[in-house]
Amino acid sequence: MADVARHPRIELHTLATVEAASGSVGNFKVKIRQKPRYVDVDACTACGDCAKVCPVLLPNEFEAGLMTKRAIHQLFPQAVPAAYVIDMDHCLGTNPIACGKCAEACGVHCIDYDDQEKVFEVEVGTIIVATGQDVMDPTPFEEYGYTRYENVLTSLEFERLISPLGPTLGHLIKLSDRTLPKTVAFIQCVGSRCDDGRGKPYCSNICCMNTIKDSLLIRDHWPDVEVKIFYIDIRAFGKGFEDMYKRSKAAGAKYIRGIPGEVMEDPETKELILHVENGDTGRLEEHRAEMVILSVGMEAPADMRKLQTILNLQKTPDGFYLEAHPKLLPVDAATKGVFFAGTAEGPKDVKDSVTQASAAAARALRLMAEGKVHIPAITSTIDEDLCKFCEVCAKACPYGAITVDRKTKKPAVVAEAACAGCGTCGAECATGAITMKHFTDEQIIAQVDAMLADRPEEKIVVFACNWCSYAGGDFAGVSRLQYPPTMRLVRTMCSGRVDKKFVLHAFAKGAPVVLVSGCHYVDCHYIDANRWTQKRVERLWDQLERKGIRPERLQLEWISSAEGAKFQTVMEAIEKIRRTVTPEEIEHTKKVLEKNLLEVPILV
Amino acid sequence: MIQKMGDGLGERVGVFVCECGMNISDTVDVEAVREFAETLPGVVHASVNKYTCSEPGQQQIKETIREKNLDRIVVAACTPRMHEPTFRACAEEAGLNPYLVEMANIREHCSWVHTKEKAAATEKAKDLVRMAVARGRYLEPQTEMESPVIRRALVVGGGVAGIQASLDLADSGIDVVLVEKQSTLGGVMAQLDKTFPTMDCPT
Ligand SMILES: Cc1cc2nc3c(=O)[nH]c(=O)nc-3n(C[C@H](O)[C@H](O)[C@H](O)COP(=O)(O)OP(=O)(O)OC[C@H]3O[C@@H](n4cnc5c(N)ncnc54)[C@H](O)[C@@H]3O)c2cc1C
Ligand code: SF4
Repeated sequence: MADVARHPRIELHTLATVEAASGSVGNFKVKIRQKPRYVDVDACTACGDCAKVCPVLLPNEFEAGLMTKRAIHQLFPQAVPAAYVIDMDHCLGTNPIACGKCAEACGVHCIDYDDQEKVFEVEVGTIIVATGQDVMDPTPFEEYGYTRYENVLTSLEFERLISPLGPTLGHLIKLSDRTLPKTVAFIQCVGSRCDDGRGKPYCSNICCMNTIKDSLLIRDHWPDVEVKIFYIDIRAFGKGFEDMYKRSKAAGAKYIRGIPGEVMEDPETKELILHVENGDTGRLEEHRAEMVILSVGMEAPADMRKLQTILNLQKTPDGFYLEAHPKLLPVDAATKGVFFAGTAEGPKDVKDSVTQASAAAARALRLMAEGKVHIPAITSTIDEDLCKFCEVCAKACPYGAITVDRKTKKPAVVAEAACAGCGTCGAECATGAITMKHFTDEQIIAQVDAMLADRPEEKIVVFACNWCSYAGGDFAGVSRLQYPPTMRLVRTMCSGRVDKKFVLHAFAKGAPVVLVSGCHYVDCHYIDANRWTQKRVERLWDQLERKGIRPERLQLEWISSAEGAKFQTVMEAIEKIRRTVTPEEIEHTKKVLEKNLLEVPILV
Repeated sequence: MIQKMGDGLGERVGVFVCECGMNISDTVDVEAVREFAETLPGVVHASVNKYTCSEPGQQQIKETIREKNLDRIVVAACTPRMHEPTFRACAEEAGLNPYLVEMANIREHCSWVHTKEKAAATEKAKDLVRMAVARGRYLEPQTEMESPVIRRALVVGGGVAGIQASLDLADSGIDVVLVEKQSTLGGVMAQLDKTFPTMDCPT
């Protein structure tokens, strides 16, 4: 921490958050809002004379509320920057009957009650988002008696309790009578792996190991204290973790498979009673402990939304940030030039947080070391005259590369450096204002027309995305998997590019069957562009049905690059469908969809 | 309505059909495909090569581009996921914009998957070439652009992850602006007593 404050290349702003951002990879302009500290960071010597005279007592959040702080305070002795700060919401200094005691006590005159909020702009090439986690609040789990019973604590409170720098200087005591507990019980998965809506469905990743760590610390320092751990299963998957788990057991910690349904307190002795169904024996058991620690998990920070909107970042259903690709781009955000580090992306321990931070730094460095970004040729372009400011493209773009303003009627603008070239915007734009370079409407329709020029009834039109389905076809080829020779592939970068009008045009030209294929949902190479494909195909099915065309003639399949066998199966299944399509049906379709025929100069 | 781009429709397309040793020609009648290609509108050259991606194969493409003043080329061979970069580079060396190259995948998507249906495979290969020529004529030259990257990074959040990222960048000579919403760095880790698995102090 101190290295950061000392580093000549690091400009540290505390009490500061991101207020707004514009620009794109390579050149972001970011507005930062910094709250006043009321203490001059450079002048303050952190002597603490000010806090000694401050009359206001407040709970110290760093000590999980187990200690107090003054209105002027330093959260903990090693805080960086090493300077005090005034909590102005509670300071009496600006009240009519001014207090002003701390300013009087300060020998170096570093306190300024008139300090103002600052808003300033920085220009940066890359951004690393390391906004971390919130520790879960166990209050919704009323059955554990947290806040009702003094001796029920969270694992974070316990961390402070046994810290040599914490409220008890590291003495393990019960809060009810300040004596050493005879038994400490840990309840695992509080708030995690919870499907009833009070907590989160995922595993928080660190709490099993944290409890194992605490059990070792207790058995080591206070060998007379019994440790009981109530768990669903122990997740000790990391390097060295299993060994620690074994040591904890060897040190005498008792592991009981089962989560207590309730914690009750003996009002006189303050002893806590836990009822649990032991999963190993199947018997109902009663356990007693003098202290219960709720092993709470992590969740995405409550105030994440603001930064998410400013930088156009995506979240997973868990609430944490979504990486650009779960395997191949694990620290990149969808917004180019933005990277994730640490628990902002998902629950993880310190080692993984640090590993990811170094990876994020390397990814950012890669752009900055070269000093330039290559803007790929395949991007979208806008015809301003055709744009009707409907904002559909801006919504469809998984990268937030398009800005439109419906209110001021400002036509869409593409930040080419941010565009990844999936073409979803082009498919969604109803006015034809968007052209996808190298995958234009004309180029694609010319291909369809060429395919269907002779005996269209014998052909199956397949739109295949470059990364998965087309590659799946390649894999079928490499594996020599045989399938009927009726299908012809039209390659697009993403299935999101497959415009409704391409499909209708193909049917109007006499195609018996059309297949739209893309990557499996989570594998989409353009974040979630294939969700637009899905919605579009669903709408097309309705439309075809209304027009009396069998919706089965339009197929949608997700095929990955490794699924050569699936590619083969799908092709065989679709050939079967083709054989059911009668010449009368095709004629009927051609007539019904006549208006959907597109004009491209005939080249075939 | 559909978007039209430019007006430079390809009028001098060259088609290069590959045998890929016998990988293609065992199943597909490449000579028939070549003859068919010659009949397509806009095509001024069609030839067959044993290994189009080989040095002599590429040489032939380059020479033909120059001699016949080709404005688009279509290579009917393997998947573009394999050799599109090869043929783009080849076109560029002959003075043709690399984005004026189109491929017809008559190997992975044709000869290898219809080995027992030679006639049908040949018909399919013809279609694939016809599709590639049709699309190819509409291709437009493209340029890959560059834009500068400011050598300064913003790190949002000063927990252990933000600290590590900032130090790594700063130590690599990059200026870092680190923004932390609390009054101190540290995040959750600063609150921990000892940390697993090594049981050392975090700060
Ligand atoms: C009880 C408990 C015990 C644990 N024990 C261990 C252990 O023993 N070993 C281990 O390896 N791991 C342990 N962990 C996990 C460890 O705490 C995390 O892996 C680590 O703290 C993650 O660091 P981080 O930087 O990603 O997030 P954080 O520590 O949450 O830091 C994020 C920082 O970003 C700041 N911030 C957030 N939003 C903004 C914003 N919009 N603008 C500016 N700043 C912002 C926050 O104020 C915070 O300082 C434990 C976790 C808990 C809860
Ligand atoms: S790490 Fe252990 S305690 Fe935490 S949620 Fe996962 S299983 Fe439960």
